[in-house]
Amino acid sequence: MEQNYLETGEAEQLTVEQAIANLRQKEDLGARYYAAWWLGRFRVKEPEAIDVLLMALEDESDRAPDGGYPLRRNAARALGKLEDERAVPPLIRCLEFPDFYVREAAAQALEMLSDSRAIPALVQLLEGGVAKAQFVPGKPHLVQPYEAIIEALGTIRATEAIPLIKPFIGHPVEKVKYAAARAMYQLTSDSVYGEILIQALAGDDLQLRRSALMDLGAIGYLPAGSAIAETLAENSMKLIALKGLLEEEINQNGNQAFELTQESIKVMELMDSLL
Amino acid sequence: MTEILTNTEILIEAVNKADSADGLLEAVEDLAAVKAVEAIPTLVEVLGYNNPGAAVAAVDGLIEIGEPVVPYLLANLDDYNYGARAWALRVFAGVGDPLALDLLLKAATADFSQSVRRAAARGLGIIRWSKLAPEKLLPAQKEVLQALLLTSEDGEWVVRYAAVVGLESLAKTLAKTQSQLVPDITARFSGIIATDTEIVVRARTKLAWQKVTSNE
Repeated sequence: MEQNYLETGEAEQLTVEQAIANLRQKEDLGARYYAAWWLGRFRVKEPEAIDVLLMALEDESDRAPDGGYPLRRNAARALGKLEDERAVPPLIRCLEFPDFYVREAAAQALEMLSDSRAIPALVQLLEGGVAKAQFVPGKPHLVQPYEAIIEALGTIRATEAIPLIKPFIGHPVEKVKYAAARAMYQLTSDSVYGEILIQALAGDDLQLRRSALMDLGAIGYLPAGSAIAETLAENSMKLIALKGLLEEEINQNGNQAFELTQESIKVMELMDSLL
Repeated sequence: MTEILTNTEILIEAVNKADSADGLLEAVEDLAAVKAVEAIPTLVEVLGYNNPGAAVAAVDGLIEIGEPVVPYLLANLDDYNYGARAWALRVFAGVGDPLALDLLLKAATADFSQSVRRAAARGLGIIRWSKLAPEKLLPAQKEVLQALLLTSEDGEWVVRYAAVVGLESLAKTLAKTQSQLVPDITARFSGIIATDTEIVVRARTKLAWQKVTSNE
């Protein structure tokens, strides 16, 4: 993952005008797809960029062999990064779209925008609970993007969704279980859920260990510090997770004079050892 | 046949034959534990596998072996696998041999991989300066200082964080011998505390500033 997503030095350079023009035209689908990603990656928040991304969110021309909508997926992801609340209602509508990956990208984007207007539509997708949360026959995914939905509800602090989210702790798909633990911790601050994620750091599968690292970083669960440092995973992942802990500690216990707490210094010592 | 193999050869065989991630980790730990020069090529090879646990064990083992590792690793750097390059930079950093100084300087400021820049920045702070001829010391330390000041403006937070850690270590060294250079470092720390966009970088710099100024 580190090798695929964290290195951006080789990205093709566009200008803002080029990217917007590339997204506006309809002939070169590859250029449109790349432009949508590029606007998100480089946080282009100009109103015109938002306009073209919102148009791309309703695109019909770029279709994948599986019937999916690649450009809509990329546009949704980009809109999540651009902090413009005009994107919220269209993204909520995307949650009902037939393409699973558009729904997933929309839920992730709504998490990033953290807008409470999204709660009812997100909650609706959890209807039927764990029993309904099965794999789609012949597909590598469940009927809904549960991981993204549950994580969004946790981040948006949708406490009304607690009774719906809690049963997903028992879901057989590990990543869904971690998402539920992460959200439940955000919604209740009960350490029982943080401990579930610490246990996951010792699992057999590197992908799942990475996933638990990112979840612990996202909730900033301070007691996880040493366990994160000792996890068998890339240092870059562990550093990102510890950064999440440190940010949470500073935000909770920091003050105007920016005095460093003993806990903050402990996390920094762990980070230093991983450089 | 087996009775003529040395213990190290047996352990090398075990690394080569490991058929699972956990098996590889254990075999690498065992091989690293003997701290044998003959183990160097095998341990260096492990840095290129996509197995972070085994790579950590190999890095620790190579650092324990120390200076004999440096010429071999310099000659066998994998330019295309930047995961392996980042681990190799951690070995250079851990050994601290000035032989790798040019490589660390270049890597910290110009490598395209942020993991490599990060490891190199940390390494620049912990060079074993006593290994360097006295007449080369001051120019080399000035060069390291300039490289770390530049690296502290990197676009990636983790590289800036590592540069601050490197500058803190360098400041402690310079305080004993070249204390006239320390104000350059504390001034940069003040700048980072005032302007860096990432709170964790500001926090680490605050800690570094406290440590360096309390030594004065």
